Amino acid sequence: MSALEAQRPRAPSWLAGRGFDTAVFAALVLLLWQGAHLWGGEVAMTTPLGTLLFTAKTLASAEFWPHAYATLSAFLIALVIAASSGILIGAVLGFHRLSGEVAEPVLVAIYSIPKVTLYPIILLFFGIGIAAEVAFGALHGIIPVILFTMNAVRNIKPVYIKSARVMRVSGWPLFRTVLLPATLPEVFTGLRVGFSLTLIGTLLSEMFGSKRGIGFVLMQAIGLHNMDVIMSLTFLLVAFAGSVNVLLLAIDHRLHRRA
Amino acid sequence: MSEAHVVLDGVTRVFARAAQEPLHALGPIDLTLKRGEFFAVVGPSGCGKSTLLDAIAGLSVVTDGVVRIDGQAVAGSVPPGVGVVFQDDASFPWLTVEDNIAFGLRRQGVDGAEVARRVADALSLMGLTDFARAYPAQLSGGMRQRVCIARTLVLQPRLILLDEPFGALDQQTRLLMGDELLNLWRKTGATILLITHALDEAAMLSDRVGVMSARPGRFLEIVETRWPRDRDSTIVSSPEFGAAASRLWTLLRAESLKAMQHQARAQTV
Ligand SMILES: Nc1ncnc2c1ncn2[C@@H]1O[C@H](COP(=O)(O)OP(=O)(O)O)[C@@H](O)[C@H]1O
Ligand SMILES: [Mg+2]
Repeated sequence: MSALEAQRPRAPSWLAGRGFDTAVFAALVLLLWQGAHLWGGEVAMTTPLGTLLFTAKTLASAEFWPHAYATLSAFLIALVIAASSGILIGAVLGFHRLSGEVAEPVLVAIYSIPKVTLYPIILLFFGIGIAAEVAFGALHGIIPVILFTMNAVRNIKPVYIKSARVMRVSGWPLFRTVLLPATLPEVFTGLRVGFSLTLIGTLLSEMFGSKRGIGFVLMQAIGLHNMDVIMSLTFLLVAFAGSVNVLLLAIDHRLHRRA
Repeated sequence: MSEAHVVLDGVTRVFARAAQEPLHALGPIDLTLKRGEFFAVVGPSGCGKSTLLDAIAGLSVVTDGVVRIDGQAVAGSVPPGVGVVFQDDASFPWLTVEDNIAFGLRRQGVDGAEVARRVADALSLMGLTDFARAYPAQLSGGMRQRVCIARTLVLQPRLILLDEPFGALDQQTRLLMGDELLNLWRKTGATILLITHALDEAAMLSDRVGVMSARPGRFLEIVETRWPRDRDSTIVSSPEFGAAASRLWTLLRAESLKAMQHQARAQTV
């Protein structure tokens, strides 16, 4: 198997690697960006270099960090809630076939409606502030975690459990050595999707019902048409979400390669 | 040698089904496996062979009757000293080949050096030594089945139940694996129950072959082969082998037709 692979002619490793694809993609984005600036002018779009400079200035400023901290803490709390209760609910729905079958269409429906329509209800419940941000973020993230976990549990091959029983493994060891690793790849995919959606939910919440956080600053900048701020914050968010996602995807692929 | 190891007494399995009449899959079955014998089961597909295996291994609760291993009733839990190789691929995809094989040993708390020794033996017996660090996803179906066989054998079971273990293998490999199984059987003195759809395999390997009817599965007849204990796959060229295999086919032909008609009817409803 490995002998065959060694014989196959290969592109140089810098060309074959994922790094190269990423670099090409980044270059294209920069090109389009610059193009948009030339076409629309300074009002529509700042230059890549200008944005980078402004981003550096933003990172050095004292006002930026409390907002970043507010967003990050709301996001992390929301993520922990979405992940832990999502896995728990998903596992219950997966093991209990009937409730899973009842809940699935409801969950898919909630998953597909724009959650903004639920925002007034959330505000009514939690009031303006971190509680609403966390709730709105978690609401976005929890559904994919539930759905993926539920399917992971349903798809455990019965013969894995039978084999474990024949080897006299049951209870906690069965969970730890069979059920957990059998479901991990799918659950992880759910967490990866949940990460992105929780971030979106938290930011949206800050944009429409908050006096702090990156989302709030972004919304203010949009009102004032402050292109520098809009572009540099967008750039920071994309860089953050993008790099975490690349990492999570790499782990995801690794886990799925074995399954 | 003729002492009873496994005794089935009126074993019956009926599956309850939602919004359908219950499905009588198996039995009643009376059967005694002698300690150290090699017993094969053949029967048309869907006749309840895997259901029978689950009942003997204590993986399911029987509707009626009782299974006794060493005189102890098996009641919905797996008794010690039983090893099962399932029809479906049961290799754990998250573990390497060697970790798969070591799984049961580690869970039983066998010490590391002993685990390593037994796993190395099993790897070489199953021709998997070069793939010790591979994951099942990198192996063929036949090799994955060998991983499962190895994982069962390292636990040194006294009763080995195999459910169509060579189904994924080509004919030549199947004959060779059969020889390995015979070697192992002689070396360990274990009792073996082999479920197979290959009549030649059943005729070549076993002391007795139980021929099952179409569903609900019952034993139509138990054919004795009278092979010497130190037999191997070369007996396939002997006239006695031809006679045994054709006897099995005569018994099975009508049942297989019935099973086919069952399936055809099930598809049209
Ligand atoms: N859990 C179950 N529920 C309902 N029917 C089942 C179940 N398991 C097996 N059966 C049915 O019982 C019959 C015997 O199955 P099985 O023992 O797997 O047959 P074989 O192994 O001989 O091909 C088949 O008709 C199968 O559809
Ligand atoms: Mg079967």
